[in-house]
Amino acid sequence: MAIKQLTVFVENKQGTVVSITDTLAKNNINLRALSIAETQDFGILRLIVNDEAAAEKILSETGYLIKMTDVVGVKIGDAPGKLTAALKVLDENDINVDYLYAFMARTEKHAYVVLRVEDNCKAEGILEDAGFHLITKEDIDKI
Amino acid sequence: MAQNYYQKEIETMPIEEMKKLQSEKLVKQVKHVYENVPYYKSLMDEKGVTPDDIKSIDDLHKLPFLTKADLRDAYPYGLLAKPLEDCVRLHSTSGTTGRRVVAFYTQHDVDLWDDCCARAIVAVGGSKKDVCQVAYGYGLFTGGFGLNGGAHKVGCLTLPMSSGNTERQIQFMTDLQATILCCTPSYAAYIGEALKEQGYKPEDIPLKAGIFGAEPWTEEMRQSIQDTLGIKAYDIYGLTESTGPGVAFECSEQTGMHVNEDHFFAEIIDPDTGEVLPEGSKGELVFTSLDKEAFPLLRYRTRDICVLSREKCSCGRTLIKMAKPMGRTDDMLIIRGVNVFPSQIETVLLKEGYEPNYQIVVDRVNNNDTFEVNVEMTADKFTDKVSDILAMEKSLAGAMKIMLGINPTVHLVAPKSIARSEGKAVRVIDKRKLV
Ligand SMILES: [Zn+2]
Repeated sequence: MAIKQLTVFVENKQGTVVSITDTLAKNNINLRALSIAETQDFGILRLIVNDEAAAEKILSETGYLIKMTDVVGVKIGDAPGKLTAALKVLDENDINVDYLYAFMARTEKHAYVVLRVEDNCKAEGILEDAGFHLITKEDIDKI
Repeated sequence: MAQNYYQKEIETMPIEEMKKLQSEKLVKQVKHVYENVPYYKSLMDEKGVTPDDIKSIDDLHKLPFLTKADLRDAYPYGLLAKPLEDCVRLHSTSGTTGRRVVAFYTQHDVDLWDDCCARAIVAVGGSKKDVCQVAYGYGLFTGGFGLNGGAHKVGCLTLPMSSGNTERQIQFMTDLQATILCCTPSYAAYIGEALKEQGYKPEDIPLKAGIFGAEPWTEEMRQSIQDTLGIKAYDIYGLTESTGPGVAFECSEQTGMHVNEDHFFAEIIDPDTGEVLPEGSKGELVFTSLDKEAFPLLRYRTRDICVLSREKCSCGRTLIKMAKPMGRTDDMLIIRGVNVFPSQIETVLLKEGYEPNYQIVVDRVNNNDTFEVNVEMTADKFTDKVSDILAMEKSLAGAMKIMLGINPTVHLVAPKSIARSEGKAVRVIDKRKLV
């Protein structure tokens, strides 16, 4: 059920992120979502793309350190308080969220949230039971 | 291993007796050098020391040092102490910078050198029943001829392979059942990989021991060579200026090298002040040749940083032991008053599972030294969580603090991001020198 996130180790140097997105664009890979976590030394770039296998291959060949990570994607209605509700239910069930980032759908009135947790299956079960819609690879392709 | 000695009386000599022997030899040697080497005589005169001031080994510290620069100045004959017609051999350092250093040997000098190498071979369990494959280069370099001479003295069947042509090395090793391999540790590792690729398992390889030297190597490398070749790997130390390999050699204990101190007296000095340091201190290794005739260097500064110790060794030898050199005085950095060697950083990285791709950056901010170590991230350590990577940096810094005594700031950086010049990574950037 989980969706694939590409994680790229990037230097804190001007132009690194641009050069990555540029490489992906040149190879017809569409970005669905992107987030960067930065420290003083390095950045961790997290990407959701339409073809993660191709993206992984291209970026590895270019010399980047890549890791494929399973993350949980959840559809959140475009209304105040929806995200809080999702996080609350996870918290109540002792699921710790390491990081998250959100992105908007182009057409539908929906936001999507990507969550990084220790136990994907457990988190997915809890969210579904609470009435949230999870996103799948197919959903990503349609976005 | 049952202990055998090549020259038992010397190798197990009580310390007091050894001191007497060293004293007798030194008194004679200083006279010989003073009378025959004008270059060194003038150094002694400058210092106001005469041969009469040297009555025992305890007076050694009164003598002036010789450095690599002296050897270059005196090239080629300036430190020769015997007429050329008495010399039978010459060896030379590879001389990557400046002028070459040439060293001369009389037959007596070659004999004592061969004895030193024979002691090394017997100490690793060698005897006349062994087949000794010498894969050090033969020529101006001392490695090949040194171990070759030692193997002859022991009575081994000696295979004078020289270095290179790995196919032929493997053919001779397996066809003639070589039991002892002598070469550089990197070449031993290379031969090991080649054997592995050809499908040899450690137990199929006839070798039982290896004597590897002439370049620095780590304990990790020793372990990996031992595993691949199915042997015990022993270190050997030497330098052309003293004689060549065999100045010190490792015994079955594999915890440092016994110095052949009846021929080469070792001191540890403070590289800055030249002061002799007590046993167990870390400092620059200095050798005095006690009985070589043609090229007898007194108090030669090796620039190797190491520690001497006279703890009782399980092999029964009483010869003082030197630790594996930790680095060169040339590479040594003094950060916040502490001596730091790049090789120590490398050891920590290998131990912690990183590639030895790193760069040390030292600077001075508000009169305080800053000490940063950049380390390239590896594929199997990379995670998507910032907190994990920060924890890795912290734990690496902690491991370095244990090794060095001071705390660096560690930065994990992208692979291949550390500047390389002509293929070699720049290991140290000391910005303090620029101001
Ligand atoms: Zn020993």
